[in-house]
Amino acid sequence: MPGGSFGGLVARRQAEGTLVVQPRMGFADPAKMRAGLIATRRARACTAGTITLDSYTRMGDQASVLAALERGDELNGYPIIGHGTRVTRSVVRGVAGREYPVQVRHGSADPRAIVAASLAAGLDATEGGPVSYCLPYSRTPLAVSVEHWRESCDLLAAARSAGCEPHLETFGGCMMGQLCPPALLVALSVLEGLFFVQRGLGSISLSYAQQTSTDQDVEAVTALRRLATGLLAGVQWHIVIYGYMGVYPCTPAGARRLLAESARLAVATGAARLIVKTSAEAFRIPTIEENVAALEEAARVASATRRPALDIGDTGIYAQSLALVEAVLGLSDDVGRALLLAFGRGYLDVPYCLHPDNAGRTRGYVDPAGRLQWQRIGSMPIRHIAELPVQTRMTSTALVDSLSFVRNKFDHAGLARSAAS
Amino acid sequence: MNSGQSLYTRRGNPLTVVVSGLSSDAHTWNLVYMQLVLEELGHQVTNLGACLPEEELTARCQAIEPDLIVLSSVNGHGCQDGMRAIGALRGCPGLITTPVVIGGKLDTVGGDPTMTGQLLDAGFDAVFIEADALSAFGSFVAFVADATVDPVGA
Repeated sequence: MPGGSFGGLVARRQAEGTLVVQPRMGFADPAKMRAGLIATRRARACTAGTITLDSYTRMGDQASVLAALERGDELNGYPIIGHGTRVTRSVVRGVAGREYPVQVRHGSADPRAIVAASLAAGLDATEGGPVSYCLPYSRTPLAVSVEHWRESCDLLAAARSAGCEPHLETFGGCMMGQLCPPALLVALSVLEGLFFVQRGLGSISLSYAQQTSTDQDVEAVTALRRLATGLLAGVQWHIVIYGYMGVYPCTPAGARRLLAESARLAVATGAARLIVKTSAEAFRIPTIEENVAALEEAARVASATRRPALDIGDTGIYAQSLALVEAVLGLSDDVGRALLLAFGRGYLDVPYCLHPDNAGRTRGYVDPAGRLQWQRIGSMPIRHIAELPVQTRMTSTALVDSLSFVRNKFDHAGLARSAAS
Repeated sequence: MNSGQSLYTRRGNPLTVVVSGLSSDAHTWNLVYMQLVLEELGHQVTNLGACLPEEELTARCQAIEPDLIVLSSVNGHGCQDGMRAIGALRGCPGLITTPVVIGGKLDTVGGDPTMTGQLLDAGFDAVFIEADALSAFGSFVAFVADATVDPVGA
């Protein structure tokens, strides 16, 4: 098995004090995919590899995959099912291994066939979740997604063998990419993690995506660690930070500043792993070289950053995320069923998410201090601890301002600095 | 209509509007934005969300009987997906005369000059892809609202 143990490698690196950095990278051409994995492994950084799948495979549309492969059309990722086991094995042979585990990233509400294809090729690390890969990107009913994810977790857990511990990462810390306040990101990441563990996974990671304010993000990741420490005893787990997932800066300098900030966030919070974005992100799928440059830059910033003594304020993120997690877990002993009941009752309600199974009564906004806050909380059980603004109506103009807050902040930071000097 | 009425009353009644994405497009921020714009103009919006198959779009629209249907797409396949959607909508007896518009980023090259004509010929009432799309859209909505004003005294 070339897969090895993803969680084990990350744990060893973390014990050595080294941040693992990882790209989002996927190419339809097997030779190019292999070249990308090799280039990532050779980068001057401690890396893990990524195979990101294409959107037809994500949607389960194999007919379109095969037609595209036949015509030689571009796909926006690696079609792991369409290429088949033999091809995928040749892509990772001699590259993926104990010192360089490779994770399959996909975005699917029904990853059963993807997990099976990955395992057949010896790849036992992947990511997602029954909520986070259903609500934002599909119309699949949440109950169906939960069932698909149960079966996928079972498949993955059954692949455990001596020295091989399959690994699953939550995507719940990234819901919608932006404007989902940190407490809900933390709660969803923990709840998806608990879902994985209940289905037999022994090695997981909990994601959190960088938002609009580093101070607030540090508080959120601290809350995530505290919750996980209490709830995940006996399981191998680590925290993974995603570089900003919303509207990206359009200047190369702005993109570099945002990447560096994500690396500092990872170090400041003691996260074990960072998934990077590149300066090309605002325009197109990045090249191998752009990915390697981003990995090396992130590793350079991380190694130059000392972990500070954490002296962050408490604005209530831990209390809110704890209240959400406890309210959900109180609905059923089965985490999958608890998640369904929670969305049905609006205990979990993702801002701006239009999926039919999401209540859609909450709103997030960026406050004048640049922090991501609740504007409306719907029926979520945090009324006693969430501060709400007087203005509870999100306007179209304010939405655009909030969506582009990070882009503007990082694109214009250089201007502000040169004007001040 | 006398000259003492405000601009807002001259815009007519609140409309029942359906906002929807298209079959292959998972983007939703554009749909949220269009909903807010329409609500700020005083209209009632049902937002059907992303990745909506044509059958579901027509079924929901037949049930809601909206005054206006707004389709928005930004993934570059909006022209092909939009042609299928308008064909399906105009095939429903109750939706033959319902105003249906489309806008966003509808192709991968950015502004095929023949695209607007194709979409209008296929049955759309308006296409919004130019730089001034939003103000043109606002005028169109006001026009539809005026056209639905109840007769005086009704």
